[in-house]
Amino acid sequence: MSDPAITLYRLQACPFCERVVRKLDEYDLEYRSRFVEPMHSDRDVVKRISGKRTVPAIVDENTGVTMSESANIVAYLDGTYGDEAEAAAAGGAD
Amino acid sequence: MVMGLDFEVVDLPPADHPDVGEQAPDFERPLVNQEYWEDAALSDLTAEGPVLLLFHTMDGAFPTTYMWNEIRDRKWGHRPDDEDAGLQVVGCSISSAYEHKTTIDEREMDYRLFSDPQNGVAEQYGIAHELDGMAGVSEPRPAVFLLDSERVVQYAWVADTWPAFPDYDEIEAELDAL
Repeated sequence: MSDPAITLYRLQACPFCERVVRKLDEYDLEYRSRFVEPMHSDRDVVKRISGKRTVPAIVDENTGVTMSESANIVAYLDGTYGDEAEAAAAGGAD
Repeated sequence: MVMGLDFEVVDLPPADHPDVGEQAPDFERPLVNQEYWEDAALSDLTAEGPVLLLFHTMDGAFPTTYMWNEIRDRKWGHRPDDEDAGLQVVGCSISSAYEHKTTIDEREMDYRLFSDPQNGVAEQYGIAHELDGMAGVSEPRPAVFLLDSERVVQYAWVADTWPAFPDYDEIEAELDAL
C-alpha cells in the first residue's frame, strides 16, 4: 500500500469532517484517515501536528501544509486542487 | 489443562488454520494505537519485519486482560533483540476501535490492536468461534501466529479448549530465536 500524501485527522460522524471528505472526493484526492477520540483532551496527536485539538485537521505533504477548521480546509483544497485555482490565477473566482 | 482446574474444560473442534510453513492470509482492518486508528494491512506490517499476531477474546474479558498484562510485562517487541529483529507484536479482536483505545490506555501497553467487529479475519484464518450464550456473536478463538516478512507462519498455536491461554515461554523461545 502506498502512503497517500494527504492525511485527514477525523472524528467518526463529525459533519465538519465529512464536509472535508466530500471535497477530497470531489477532487479525486487520495488520503488516509486517522480517527481520534471524541474527548478533546485525548487528542494529543492532533495537537502535536496542528497546534490545536480540533478536527478535522489535514496534513498535505504535497504542499507542506497543515491546517484545521473545515471552512479553511475546503478553501485550501479549492484553491490548491480545484478549478478555482486556475480561475484565481486568471484573476476570477471568489 | 487450564489454570490447574480439576475438571475437564470444553474441547473445541479441530481448526483449519494456517500452519507452520504456510502463508497466512492478508487482511486490512483499522489498526488502533495509543493516539488514533487507521486502516492497515497485515502485509504492511510484515513488509517491515516479523510479526507476532495474537487473536484474543473481546476486550474486557479476563483472558484479554491477563494476556496483554503478561506480554507487556515480558516486553515482547520492545526488548533490544526484538527491536533489532524488527519484531512487531499486534493483537486482533472483535472489539471496536474505541474499546481498543481504552484497553491500550488501561493496560498501559505499547501494542497496536486490529479491530474486526464482523470477525472476518478469524473466518479467513479458520478460527471463528461462536460464543455460547451470546446470540449472534462470533469471535476468534485464542490463537498466536509468528509470521516472517513474507507472512509465512513460523509458529502457530490455536486453542483447542475453551478457555485456553498461549504458552508464553514457548512463544518467547521462538522470539528469542529470531
